[in-house]
Amino acid sequence: MKRRTFLKRTAAAGAIAGTGGLGLLSFTTEKAVKRITILHTNDVHSHIEPFEKDHAQYPGMGGAARRYSLIQEIRKENPNTLLLDAGDIFQGTPYFNFYGGELEFKLMSKMKYDAATIGNHDFDNGIEGLYAQLPHADFKFLSANYNFSNTIMDGQVQPYHVFIKDGVRIGVFGLGIELQGLVSKDLYKETIYLDPVEIAQQTVEKLKNEENCDLIICLSHLGYNYRHEKISDMKLASLTRDIDLIIGGHTHTFLPKPTITQNLDGKNVLVNQVGWAGVNLGRIDFFLDASGRKNGSGATIVV
Amino acid sequence: MKKLALLLLLSLASCKFSSNYSPQRIEGKQLEISEAIPANDSISEFVKPYKEHIDREMNKVLAYTPVDLTKNDGELNTAIGNMMADAVMDLASPVFRKRTGENIDIVLLNFGGIRSAISKGDVTTRTAYQVMPFENEVVVAHMKGIYIQEMVNYLVDAGSAHPIAGLSLEIGEDNTIQKVLIQGEPLAMDTVYYVATNDYLLKGGDNMVFFSNALDVTSLDYKIRNVLIDYFTQADTIAPVRDQRFIRIKQ
Repeated sequence: MKRRTFLKRTAAAGAIAGTGGLGLLSFTTEKAVKRITILHTNDVHSHIEPFEKDHAQYPGMGGAARRYSLIQEIRKENPNTLLLDAGDIFQGTPYFNFYGGELEFKLMSKMKYDAATIGNHDFDNGIEGLYAQLPHADFKFLSANYNFSNTIMDGQVQPYHVFIKDGVRIGVFGLGIELQGLVSKDLYKETIYLDPVEIAQQTVEKLKNEENCDLIICLSHLGYNYRHEKISDMKLASLTRDIDLIIGGHTHTFLPKPTITQNLDGKNVLVNQVGWAGVNLGRIDFFLDASGRKNGSGATIVV
Repeated sequence: MKKLALLLLLSLASCKFSSNYSPQRIEGKQLEISEAIPANDSISEFVKPYKEHIDREMNKVLAYTPVDLTKNDGELNTAIGNMMADAVMDLASPVFRKRTGENIDIVLLNFGGIRSAISKGDVTTRTAYQVMPFENEVVVAHMKGIYIQEMVNYLVDAGSAHPIAGLSLEIGEDNTIQKVLIQGEPLAMDTVYYVATNDYLLKGGDNMVFFSNALDVTSLDYKIRNVLIDYFTQADTIAPVRDQRFIRIKQ
């Protein structure tokens, strides 16, 4: 596939063109440029090994061992890296049928995933099946719109977490898809699904104003886009403000490049998803400074 | 009140004077996990005992297919979907007959439930796990004809190749229903039909809400995956085809 480089700049960012936004800082120069790397997967669906070499669609691609080599290389290049997963970790290979998700969580822990959100297939062995594997997961589960209060998962999932890398405060929150009609009630039990748009806006306001985050990332399992009314990442982007990046899943969408779209204020939001089964790793690099130019819309985006 | 004002002042102050970095440049790309990347040894070693155990089970050759089977070879029916629905018809029917003395009239699965293509070559136990990783079981819903009509309407509206067997459907280019036959006979509204599906769809999965009108349900304790394994084991070569069971007629 031919990769087109797409440059989008505003007048403000244009003024520093050529330096890549790195060279010129405002006169408050005590704060240097910070670089934060976000790596992400979605819908890995228990694909621990690569596809077979004669596979009809993805011959020889994917595999946890190779993914980890790439992650390590990137971490060496930039230690200020977060590794995130947008859900549907479970279900899709015999590893799940035989071991119930134990190996998936153990490998993600070895790879030092920072956080994951919960996909519909993560309920496939019931909410008890998910709970049973939690001791194997050394990373956070984030979901702001699933209320687990009346379930065994109560207290195991946070709406958001603020990661601090090189002094930059990165707020990451999770969103899950409506379970009714998609997952049997006897699997998700008393899990309550709350409106993702409303919850997203409340969470973002908290992350921005109370948690004082410099970057806000939504880890979503809503799906990239639908022809019908159903809430999706693209709709969420347009109905909210102050989100810098939406990392999506569920629809197994392969994008030629991350999507730049506009939020409620007309500012740019990045929406990305990297197919499924671990055949790709998404990488978004944020270069930040303390020059005072505000979030996102002023930033040069290169995809 | 004073306390509140102080808190407010403090929080305003913290907003104003804290770090506040903002992104000036964002770069995004997708990195392919290709064969060119070396595998990390510690991960491979860790996976090894799990893999060996599974491989022993999974690598048994059950059948052979001379062609790649993907689920995108037809609008309203596909070779792989037809194979799955026919396998349920062939293998679940004797079980149902033994329990109830009745025959399965219709099989309905869902397009989204075909979880993988089948590559040309040996068909193994692993193939069955790839196509049907879920633990869903065959259930038979006892449904009156009027609800079969709802099912037909659902299939026409969905316009996708949900796997069916025992049912023939023809629709026009404007989605009008031209023909509905069950086991070769016209649909009768008062007749009770036996519809084999899986427990996920029975509970309204994929919005198949018509199943909520079932008069009774017979569970067969037979996983769809095991149906496939048994079907592959019986067959020497599998060569399913797209056919006329659900088609759009040019008017």
